[in-house]
Amino acid sequence: MTVKPSRGWILLALAGVLGLSLVLVGCGKQLSGSVTEGGSTTVQPLAQALADAFQLKHPDVAITIAGGGTAAGITGANDGTLDIGAASRDLKSGEPALVTHLLAKDGIGIITNPGNAVPGLTKAQVVSIFSGAITNWQDVGGVNHTIDVFVRESGSGTRTAFQDLVMGSENITSSALQQTSSGAIKQAVAGDHNAIGFESLAYVDSSIKALAIDGVAATEANAKDGIYPIVRPLYFLTKEQPTGLVKDFIDFCQSTEGQQIVAENGYIAVK
Amino acid sequence: MIEKGYMRSRYLIDRSSRMLLLVCAFLSLVILAAIAVYTFRAALPAIREVGLWHFLFGEVWRPSDTPGEGRYGILPMIVGSVVVTAGALILAVPLGIGCAILLAEVAPQRVRQFLRPAVELLVGIPSVVYGLVGLVIVVPLVRRIEGPGLSVAAGIIVLAVMILPTIVSISEDSIRAVPKSHREGALALGATHWQTIWRVLLPGARSGIVASVVLAMGRAIGEAMAMIMVLGNAAVIPSSLFSPASTLAGTIAAEAPEASGVQRSALFAMSVVLFLLIIVINGVALIIMRRGSRAQGVC
Repeated sequence: MTVKPSRGWILLALAGVLGLSLVLVGCGKQLSGSVTEGGSTTVQPLAQALADAFQLKHPDVAITIAGGGTAAGITGANDGTLDIGAASRDLKSGEPALVTHLLAKDGIGIITNPGNAVPGLTKAQVVSIFSGAITNWQDVGGVNHTIDVFVRESGSGTRTAFQDLVMGSENITSSALQQTSSGAIKQAVAGDHNAIGFESLAYVDSSIKALAIDGVAATEANAKDGIYPIVRPLYFLTKEQPTGLVKDFIDFCQSTEGQQIVAENGYIAVK
Repeated sequence: MIEKGYMRSRYLIDRSSRMLLLVCAFLSLVILAAIAVYTFRAALPAIREVGLWHFLFGEVWRPSDTPGEGRYGILPMIVGSVVVTAGALILAVPLGIGCAILLAEVAPQRVRQFLRPAVELLVGIPSVVYGLVGLVIVVPLVRRIEGPGLSVAAGIIVLAVMILPTIVSISEDSIRAVPKSHREGALALGATHWQTIWRVLLPGARSGIVASVVLAMGRAIGEAMAMIMVLGNAAVIPSSLFSPASTLAGTIAAEAPEASGVQRSALFAMSVVLFLLIIVINGVALIIMRRGSRAQGVC
């Protein structure tokens, strides 16, 4: 006699679960598919963090994040090998006309070894050092030692942004030591007491020191307020106006939730 | 009947496998030709824009996106490649030949059984590992003496270690290949062991030793990864052992991923220069080895 009601309960529970799942499916879009993003190595760690969060919400979505540099991001987005390209600078007139989606802003820090006593430089001094006019730390208030200038390879988005925002028409000295990634610059400067370099502020940690520029400390807060002078935009690029999953991901990145991840990773939120 | 069918199938297998091998050989030639043609064609725009003379002997390498503003002189990289390779050979050749003599003549069997595989293992280590070890150990040591550490000196040391096993293993083989009668003849005439090595074995193995050095030179000049990591990649003609430099292969590897336009073409033109250099080096090695085997055949 006790069997009958219990069977009824089970049926009811099953119906409930079924109904609930139908409601869930109806409410949240069940996203699936894959997206490939690549380009700027400055954007790469941020894109990875955003993709991780997005995939956590939508387990059926696979987002591949690659590096390669801003130029590779532009070419890839243009020829269709990438669904989304990443650029760490404004597009130039000669480059393909792609749809830009502002993702974040990023300050560029002028970095030295933590053991370097020079607290800050003026923008003019930075230009003189990177153009090779000043070659000794003594000339900018440091010890009597040659300056080891570290730069990124030509084509790097960070280098192009540094050239545009700081150097202007001055050329970077060809005796500068070149490293081929943001990580390599950080490692080189962290290991060399006489080094100077430039690096996305998001990469700055205790192993290197970001100098104050024109008396303004190189902090995210100052960069966000617009007081710190060296700030550049970070973009996602698409060939056309995005649709489907690509649009969902970009929308997520630009949403309040996405922008919170931007801030957590040391970049400047834009919304 | 059975015998006949069997023979026919054997004949067919024989013919078809010969065809297959022919296709394989032909395919590798086609691939080589395709690479050469593509590289030369991709190099043309830069040569046309910069001019051959300015390209080969220009001292400023400053790529630019703005048309007409870039400077594409590769003399610093040519000098860098030659200096680093020559330096590595100066270090590695005496060491390598000494090691080869030790392994072939002096060391007792048990030591040899241990050393020989160890040296052969060194050949197989990927260059990025040499680069990393160089970056972590050699570069800070050089920095203690002078300059930023990322320098010609660090490049030479890392490269010398990398090419050492090539020199040792090929030289040892060629010393061993000297006919036993030569060694016994020298000893019978009253020569000491050292005199035998110096006057009989080394001259006898000369072609093999020279070939090992030329092969090592080929490996050194084409090395990119390790050089990017320890050389500093500054596009300047190095003024001392402690100043940074860059090589042809290193610059191509470092800049190709993000290059476009004239810069991309200039990198291909750089590859052509490297290509020609390596063809010359390998050609020299081939001639020396062929002459050596003919000489030994006469003996």
